[in-house]
Amino acid sequence: MVEFTLWDILRNLLLAARWTVGLSLIAFIGGGLVGFALLIARLTPSQGAHRLVGLYIQLFQGTPLLIQLFLAYFGLALFGIQTSAWTAATLALTAYTSAFLSEIWFGCVASVPRGQWEAARSLALTFGEQLRHVILPQALNIAIPPTVGFLVQVIKGTALASVIGFVELTKAGGMITNATFRPFTVYAAVALIYFALCYPISLTARALERTLHAAHR
Amino acid sequence: MVNLDFGTILVDWRMLAKGVAWTLRLTTASATGGLALGIGCAWARIHGPVWLKAVTGAYVELFRNTPFIVQLFFIFFGLPAAGFRLSPETASILAMVVNLGAYATEIIRAGIEATPRGQVEAALSLALSPVQTFFHVVLPPALRKIWPALVSQIIIVMLGSSVCGQISTEELSFAANLIQSRNFRAFEAFIVAALIYLALSIVLRRLLNWLGPRFLFGD
Repeated sequence: MVEFTLWDILRNLLLAARWTVGLSLIAFIGGGLVGFALLIARLTPSQGAHRLVGLYIQLFQGTPLLIQLFLAYFGLALFGIQTSAWTAATLALTAYTSAFLSEIWFGCVASVPRGQWEAARSLALTFGEQLRHVILPQALNIAIPPTVGFLVQVIKGTALASVIGFVELTKAGGMITNATFRPFTVYAAVALIYFALCYPISLTARALERTLHAAHR
Repeated sequence: MVNLDFGTILVDWRMLAKGVAWTLRLTTASATGGLALGIGCAWARIHGPVWLKAVTGAYVELFRNTPFIVQLFFIFFGLPAAGFRLSPETASILAMVVNLGAYATEIIRAGIEATPRGQVEAALSLALSPVQTFFHVVLPPALRKIWPALVSQIIIVMLGSSVCGQISTEELSFAANLIQSRNFRAFEAFIVAALIYLALSIVLRRLLNWLGPRFLFGD
């Protein structure tokens, strides 16, 4: 019988945490790109695009991430695509992240005064130029703190990928529990590793928000 | 071509209904408990003694920076090792209450801090006790201000309750899982579950927006 020391448990959890970090980054970057495309679609004058993006956001914000993961996992297989937990998790988390980020960013763009749009238009800038040179640079400042804050939600969201069998921190915790019969220690360690990942990001988001408010005062 | 068969899912409507009932029960219990905990901790973070401020601060940060599923597993699998054995339902409710409580604390605290000092001074000068001042003067307008944020958080916790099926609490996602394990129509089962969750989140938002002003902070 192999004995597991506390160090063995911690070392294996930390190795698994790399997958949590990797999945979080992919979902965050992928979700950011899709979310940005959704944002642009929502800023164009097309009513149809507005309604479609609205529906997309409502669907992903109004249903559990866990169910979205199940749908990606079983749905892809239905269309004859070879699914792994990895592709399903990436797809579902990217879609989920994009819905939230585009909603956050839309709020930031909406907080840029209307006069800025009108002034840009009166200078005969095209829609693309208005966004690039006038609106987005101003919105970007406001958008950074909540975007950084949302990264915490993405990291916590990746924990659900364990349910469809993706071996990241939470799943590794379950597997190590089954091998060691020490659920208290293992899950406490898992929680602390998540905390060590998320808390610095939360603090950064809060500090960024404070500087932003100070700049506006 | 993909052929979908929703009939085989809807035949088991009794299981789905039971799942919805459990989801609603978990949500009601955790919303009530989480709100009470949030109000208590928000009070403690503002008016409590230094040590209590530190404890509630640590609680809030710890639960807001770890995933709900890990909190649930720690309570359900970890605590029995330390001598607390809980049923899946109790563990689910406990996890949801402490999770919502942490978020509610920060939301309510923001509302309380936005209350002008003059109102508190006016209340105290009318010989209201600090407790009366808190419950009659500070809390109602604070709740009114932050109610939309709190409603959103309650809906997030309701959607999060889908995770409780993983420890065999028989809520909606558990029902969907059970149905698909019997007829192998996984995609259809989870589509139906997703649509029910969507309907629940829309109805719950309406309901809470209606309930709040009538019972919590009278408009």
